[in-house]
Amino acid sequence: MKITEPEVVHVARLARLKLNTGEVEQFQKDLNSILGYMDMLSEIDTTGITPVVHATNIMNVMRPDTIIGSQTLSDALSNAPKHKAGNIVVPKVIE
Amino acid sequence: MLETARQYRCSTLRPTELVDDLLARIRSGSLNAFITVDEAGAMRDAGKAEKALKQGSGDTLTGIPVAVKDNICTRGIKTTCASKILANFVPTYDATVVERLRNRGAIIIGKTNLDEFAMGSTTTTSTFGPAKNPWDETRTPGGSSGGSAAAVAAGLCAGALGSDTGGSIRQPASFCGITGLKPTYGSVSRFGLVAFASSLDQIGPMARTARDTAVLYDAIKGHDPSDSTSVPRGYPAIDLKSPDMNGIRIGVPDEFFAEGLSPEVALSVRRGISTFEGLGARIIPISLPYIRYGVAVYYIIATAEASSNLARYDGVRYGVRKEGSGDLTDMYMETRAQGFGAEVKRRIMLGTYALSAGYYDAYYKKASQVRVLISQEFEAAFTRCDLIAGPTAPVCAFGLDEMMDDPLSIYLLDIYTIPANLAGLPALSLPCGFSGEGMPVGMQLIAPHFREDTLLGAGMAFQDHTGFHEVRP
Amino acid sequence: MREYDIVIGLEVHAQLLTSTKIFCGCSTKAGLPPNTNTCPVCMGMPGILPVLNRKVVAYGIKLGLATHCSITRRNIFARKNYFYPDLPKGYQITQYENPLGEHGFLEIEVGHSSKRIGITRIHMEEDAGKNIHDEHEPLSYVDFNRAGVPLLEIVSEPDITSTEEAVAYLKELRQVLMYLDICDGNMEEGSFRCDANISVKPAGSEQFGIRTELKNMNSFKNVQKALEFEINRHIGIVKSGGRVEQDTMLWNAAENRTYSMRSKEESHDYRYFPEPDLLPLEVDDAWIEEVRSLLPELPSARRRRFQLQYGIPEYDADVLTQSKPLADYFEKCTHLLDSPKEISNWIMTSVLRVLNEKGIDISALTVTPEMLTDMLSLIKKGTISISMAKDVFSEMAGTGRSSAEIVKSRGLEQVSDEVDLRDKVRDIIENNPAETEKYRAGKTQLLGFFVGQLMKATRGKANPKIANKIIKEMLDS
Repeated sequence: MKITEPEVVHVARLARLKLNTGEVEQFQKDLNSILGYMDMLSEIDTTGITPVVHATNIMNVMRPDTIIGSQTLSDALSNAPKHKAGNIVVPKVIE
Repeated sequence: MLETARQYRCSTLRPTELVDDLLARIRSGSLNAFITVDEAGAMRDAGKAEKALKQGSGDTLTGIPVAVKDNICTRGIKTTCASKILANFVPTYDATVVERLRNRGAIIIGKTNLDEFAMGSTTTTSTFGPAKNPWDETRTPGGSSGGSAAAVAAGLCAGALGSDTGGSIRQPASFCGITGLKPTYGSVSRFGLVAFASSLDQIGPMARTARDTAVLYDAIKGHDPSDSTSVPRGYPAIDLKSPDMNGIRIGVPDEFFAEGLSPEVALSVRRGISTFEGLGARIIPISLPYIRYGVAVYYIIATAEASSNLARYDGVRYGVRKEGSGDLTDMYMETRAQGFGAEVKRRIMLGTYALSAGYYDAYYKKASQVRVLISQEFEAAFTRCDLIAGPTAPVCAFGLDEMMDDPLSIYLLDIYTIPANLAGLPALSLPCGFSGEGMPVGMQLIAPHFREDTLLGAGMAFQDHTGFHEVRP
Repeated sequence: MREYDIVIGLEVHAQLLTSTKIFCGCSTKAGLPPNTNTCPVCMGMPGILPVLNRKVVAYGIKLGLATHCSITRRNIFARKNYFYPDLPKGYQITQYENPLGEHGFLEIEVGHSSKRIGITRIHMEEDAGKNIHDEHEPLSYVDFNRAGVPLLEIVSEPDITSTEEAVAYLKELRQVLMYLDICDGNMEEGSFRCDANISVKPAGSEQFGIRTELKNMNSFKNVQKALEFEINRHIGIVKSGGRVEQDTMLWNAAENRTYSMRSKEESHDYRYFPEPDLLPLEVDDAWIEEVRSLLPELPSARRRRFQLQYGIPEYDADVLTQSKPLADYFEKCTHLLDSPKEISNWIMTSVLRVLNEKGIDISALTVTPEMLTDMLSLIKKGTISISMAKDVFSEMAGTGRSSAEIVKSRGLEQVSDEVDLRDKVRDIIENNPAETEKYRAGKTQLLGFFVGQLMKATRGKANPKIANKIIKEMLDS
């Protein structure tokens, strides 16, 4: 077993996914099968290889510090499930 | 597409007439290729195009109806990613590619069906139901750009945009018997493409022919300052005359014909390669030993990036919110549990795990290193050949009821398409034959970075000497 | 010897004074109505992409050089993943491995000795929005105007061993940021924010104690009080044989105490990984040198130079360099009038008093360096006395009129005309024969009497120096 049930529950919590018991079992099974397949990577010696994110060698993409402007408030809120007086409303954030 | 443009110019067809006809066919069809059809917008734009054509101010794309995959943002038109969580999302902005198409006078006819968030190879994980293959409606059109591929194959649009993260343009193109291009990473702006895996995603054109694909590619390619990964360089127009294939070196990797490949597919692809040989190309056997690790590398990197890219669907600023008990965390958990389908959740889980404390080095870092090896292997191969050829997918379109339960066996369908995404290379799928059951087979060509000209040229040359792309479902 | 060693590390977030946000073209202006200063990029809408603001990097290099950091050549941005309503994308774009600046230090002065506080790292990142909590209903309101404002995070080494050092470090860092003109340093409004990591250990012990993180201190006074409270709390627990719990504490300024945030056991697993929407950023020598050539003189260097060049005491130099505009004001004055100590005295007393009273900074003061030095010249020439000058200064600060105008309109000029004064003294001698007799007989203390008479006759405007001289001369002759 690569991934235990408590680990599945922990990962789901990190990802903010509520899983029922059936899903926990199913994902544990699926993830174990996939992670087992991925074990093949351990065959490869990657010592000293700098990992890269992109297959391009472009760098230093920047923009000048020039104001382009903002969207209208109605555009900003047009898809918001709940808003009030320009703010987006959510259940209370406990700090 | 070029044919439609010619008819427009000879006034044997008018944009409003064509669009009207297409809308009627989309309405009465059963392919489920579209999630949203913008009837009013399409008719309005057709009217505008007609005026422009009358005044002689149109160009090749004026009045050409194009379908856009529903993970590409369209201002004022719902963009759902085939997910419940974005079922009501209406962007306030156009993707750069959409803006470019509109500027050229193209008509966005509608938004096509896909696997939820482009995660899948069958267009069955869509919350709006599966799309169907026009060659046989009991079969999958492939995926994730299955709606785009089905719409093009069925003639519901002249061309379409798809997105390709691990084969999502090429594999459905292959399953539906059309031509599809996954461009070089950085040659087409990703601005407005709802991200699945940012370092792999690329928007590309799908059409019946390589020439039409080239015309659509020309319209959307080029540097975009809104996308940091867009490469600033010259993007010359693709020559629509087919090139002389004499002396072109085509590498054929052993690994592309290994176990798991359907014998029917192998046969058609081998014949396709012989066609090139007949045109004067030199066939060079090559070996790409690292690509067998491609699926493992891909499903680590793609899911890791996806787990982060999909964190923004939290029910706060947009999308469908489920309040739950009234507690904030509960709102997150309920919104995402109810908003995402099983495959999306599976990938979020996998990616979250691969990035989590203690596993990062073993999975994400290791995969990123092997990715370097795969890129280097291609680079070396391209010193010996101009193109690499092989099958697009190991099988032809299969029945919607033959869906495999095991996610891993579905992932393995991407084995031939994934390496081009990992290395950022352009790749094309061309129809090259039919199975015994009459389902299309696709051949994949891969070129060095920014050699879309070689790739599409080869496609044109192939299609000038074959008729697979002419066969309609 | 004290019983416990205190170990403090500080984390500062400084909002940068760029025109636009770090990854989009929205302005960084604060105080706008909620969500009006946003765009699809900083609201984290689907399909949008970040593009880095070049100036943020330049400002980061600037601070790095000013704090003796080595500048990282190959920078990679990273995503820090966590869920929070004010975090639009579900991740913050920041730097993780290879921050822009590393291994620097800041020199602070506590008492009369100076000490180097190590700077572990300086990195670039984006700010989050703001959550406001409803007082009556279980709801929060989210405003994304601040989301995407550029920040530099500056992390110190745990080199700080007292609250005084902590405050001195923060003041010095804030001053440097303000001198570089890259942050306005406003603690109340949150453009200069500070968190602290604190632990205590038995004096001399090698083993670090369990640390707590302390947040929500929005003034130097609060930092001082919060650190003291937390240190005493730690010592109290350790003394009674208890164990400090690793925790995040919030300072409550109203109650003068800290509260545990009781962060859930779900320890932070931010799943950092390289941001795939941004390409690597390479900082080359040319860029570093370009920034270096534009570095202004920093507070510590200026303090030393002021003492050497102008011969003013260390105390004066400290006060005058507390802000760049104030130090510039002083220097401008010294260019107009070569009396650094007088200028310094006037700035430290009258100028700072007016600034405090009005709650303004030097740029808003109506008394320009020209006006101040003109007035000082009037004192030098004897036109006005120092005590008169104090009134003149107040009026200048209130009305913006020049000292010459004020002196003239109020008839304040001292009478220095000797002929006129001699006439008056002659009258006084004639009218006071008895006193003159006594003086001339040796009762020289009576000089004051004659000066008083002259002042009376001139309604206080006689130049005291000249008055003294003339009276003496005429009585002695």
